[in-house]
Amino acid sequence: MKKNILHETLFYLVVIFISLMVLFPFLWMLSSSFKTQTDIIAWPPKLIFTPTLQNYEKVFGEQDFLKYFINSTVVGGLAVGLSLVLGLPAAYSISRFTQRKLALFILLARLMPGISFLMPWYIIFSRLNLMDTYVALVLSHMLIALPIVVWIMSSYFNSIPVELEESAMVDGATRQYAFWAIILPMSGPGIITSVTLSFIFSWNNFMFSQVLSMEKTRTLPIAVYNFVSYAEVDWGGVMAAAVAIMAPAIILTMIFQKFVVKGLTMGAVKG
Amino acid sequence: MRRPSYIEKYLPILFPLPAVIFIALLMIFPILYTLGLSFTNWNLTSGMPMSFVGLRNFGRVFAEPRFLDAVWRTLSFTFLAVFVEAVLGTVIALILNRTFIGKSLTKLLLLLPLVATPVAVGIVFNLFYDPTIGLANWALSSLGLPQGLWVSDANSVLVSLVIVDVWQWTPMITLIVLAGLAGLSEEPFEAARVDGATQWQVLRYVTIPMVMPTILTAVILRLIDALKTFDIIFAMTGGGPGYASETLNIMGFKYSFEYFRMGQASVILIALFFFVLLCSLGIMKLRSTSES
Repeated sequence: MKKNILHETLFYLVVIFISLMVLFPFLWMLSSSFKTQTDIIAWPPKLIFTPTLQNYEKVFGEQDFLKYFINSTVVGGLAVGLSLVLGLPAAYSISRFTQRKLALFILLARLMPGISFLMPWYIIFSRLNLMDTYVALVLSHMLIALPIVVWIMSSYFNSIPVELEESAMVDGATRQYAFWAIILPMSGPGIITSVTLSFIFSWNNFMFSQVLSMEKTRTLPIAVYNFVSYAEVDWGGVMAAAVAIMAPAIILTMIFQKFVVKGLTMGAVKG
Repeated sequence: MRRPSYIEKYLPILFPLPAVIFIALLMIFPILYTLGLSFTNWNLTSGMPMSFVGLRNFGRVFAEPRFLDAVWRTLSFTFLAVFVEAVLGTVIALILNRTFIGKSLTKLLLLLPLVATPVAVGIVFNLFYDPTIGLANWALSSLGLPQGLWVSDANSVLVSLVIVDVWQWTPMITLIVLAGLAGLSEEPFEAARVDGATQWQVLRYVTIPMVMPTILTAVILRLIDALKTFDIIFAMTGGGPGYASETLNIMGFKYSFEYFRMGQASVILIALFFFVLLCSLGIMKLRSTSES
């Protein structure tokens, strides 16, 4: 009995230690975002300090943060929405007609290094006068979102019994109608998973936006990065910006925790 | 049953067609374009017309020490980071694989690094690593150890970056392995226990072999992504000091968008592409063997 209690205590200590390791950078970022510059550069580092909102006021006041926030949302939203339009029928087809080669072809877009398309895009989009437009950014972010949508949705469709469409088709419905009227309305959880994950990956994307966007369509990660290079020493402001950019993805993750775990792990677990 | 309509008959082609056209236009065509550029001496800013130079770019880039260093660095970074992540991630998953108070909260915490914006993560770690005000040096000095320069020193920059990658992606392995463990059937475990196997023996001869395919897939997925690591390196060091943390991805980026030497950049991108393709073939092979 005694050994058991010791064992349990040890176990929970390990769990707490792991959790702290994971959480620590977030906590430090959050606390630094409420520190004045003097408190941040204090040595030894200060754990107790008077919190201030000045960093947030500065970030949201002086910087064009709201504009970048809207840009990120518009680009992510459009890329995810259009990827659903292209990806849902493709995923359905992969699932129902077991098109394995097609699945691998679309998966390639997730695996290949983005920079090997980005360099040609840069040349082509410049020629077409599409640099710094939503068109170029949305197209590039669709290449992030589409494989995620197809990947998640094709295994989701696999879990819906074929009999459902078949009985509708016996009753005279076409397959495309059955897809639209029977399968899609049942696909809520799968769609939530793919929308959440692909939006987060678009939101976090740095490389594509760094090259294809300039002042007009700049997204948040670029703004945060520029903030560091321009204001090298203003750590408080940088940390407030980092909190602002991470908050939406973290809130989405908390709301849709189960879906996010499933989406991130299922590809590997299915083998 | 009524006869299928024209559309229905071609549904297996019509439904995926828009997605396939999209990927062909935005991925396949650009990759071929890159391949084509690698045989030219094109410089985007020089205004000179493009001319065919055969394999000269390959010869020049492959002979360049900066390129060979970048290849070596990319591979060292990738293998070091993924090795630590695989071991640590699996161990943590095996520890957490039981019922306990706060399990779902712990799993939520593990998700957070995976969805945190990498650029911002890099910046937060730069604050840790700052030689004069950073926590990293404070921790070292309170343990009585000599302080380091972390990302500012050519000797320690790569390991410092690996630490960031390990922090961000170990949870990915843990969550995948946890999901794999949850899907195992109970029978082999019961059989082993009936046969009087110790806890250690069960772990060594039942649990780990059974979850191995999942671990391997997770590792290859990580290898592919680690080869392509860009955001944290670009944000934290920009490839420096000097070229000390310049991986293929960073070098390709600089050749493309800072020097505009598109021909040579293409060669670098093809090299990176080659390594990623090698790992991708591995994952596809694993998939096809586990399906059959």
